[in-house]
Amino acid sequence: MTAAGTENQSRPDLRALFLGFSSVGLSGFGGVLPFARRMLVDERKWMTAEEFNTQLGFCQFLPGPNVINLSVIVGKRQRGVAGAIVAPLGLLAGPLAIVLLLALLYDRFGSLPLAQSMLRGIAAAGSGLLFAMAWRMGMAIRDKPLFLPFSLLTVTAIAWLRWPMPLVMVAGLLLSGGVAWWRLGRQ
Amino acid sequence: MNLFGQLFLEFALLSFVAFGGATALLPEMHRVVVDNHHWLDDATFTHLYAIAQAAPGPNVLVVTLIGWEVAGLAGALAATLAMCLPMSVVIYLLIDRWEGFACKRWQKAISLGVAPLAVGLIFSGATLIAQAAEFGWAAWALVAVATAMNLRMKLHPLWLIAAGAGLGLLGLV
Repeated sequence: MTAAGTENQSRPDLRALFLGFSSVGLSGFGGVLPFARRMLVDERKWMTAEEFNTQLGFCQFLPGPNVINLSVIVGKRQRGVAGAIVAPLGLLAGPLAIVLLLALLYDRFGSLPLAQSMLRGIAAAGSGLLFAMAWRMGMAIRDKPLFLPFSLLTVTAIAWLRWPMPLVMVAGLLLSGGVAWWRLGRQ
Repeated sequence: MNLFGQLFLEFALLSFVAFGGATALLPEMHRVVVDNHHWLDDATFTHLYAIAQAAPGPNVLVVTLIGWEVAGLAGALAATLAMCLPMSVVIYLLIDRWEGFACKRWQKAISLGVAPLAVGLIFSGATLIAQAAEFGWAAWALVAVATAMNLRMKLHPLWLIAAGAGLGLLGLV
């Protein structure tokens, strides 16, 4: 990493890390990545835009929740092991408490017909958001004739045949990654 | 093995294939939690997904809710930890070596190759929610409208969630 972007600012202490990531966790609905970028790059300047892109690329390359992974990296960069523990905790603590509160409410009132029909409406809207997300991600793929068939194969294996995902992902990565490897070699 | 152990192991295993984040994991979580272990039924699974959609925070919190319904507070913490911890440790150990890899061909090939798979997984998640909730034509109409509005308009997704909740409360979906 280029240190130029961060060396001039004073490093945040553990408390600042916790609070900074808490604000990110609590401000986003259905994904907090844009808020993480705003806090890290624009507001607190803990990373440059370039650093953010590189490290997010790393997080997206690896499996796991991207924002959590990003918070681990930022935490480590700023405060070592303690930072790498405190930053994801800050990100999760607030939303976790809210979600558990909602879970308590669900256990108490979830069997009421009114609650069920409300959740059904939310699930329908949420399903639409997922379709839109899949569409947007699909449109962002370059070389669609080459790669979109792999999306189709994934849907067939997962949604229709209900094959176990670890198996599908390993096979899919070998095939789709293999095609990408071949493609990169020709360029 | 006790329930916590099973829950932790299942979600830790899932965390290693969670390309595209927790959202891409929905179909597999359903397979493991509803079909294989019968820890939850279809209706509860969709309800938990809906609650996670309506709450603030990272997408991974649907895992917390599933853990809660399966095994209470300890289950919620075990599932969340299992989903977040393994890759966090890997990332912590690998990040300083990342720059050396950044332009390697195999790394680009994996990034390119994984994208269409993630598209397929998220599409599958969307159909799975609809199947599990046994949507009728009215709910499918709402799905279509929400999809189109989210793609066409610069509307905050929370408005669509709120509209879904409202239509549901009115008994229209």
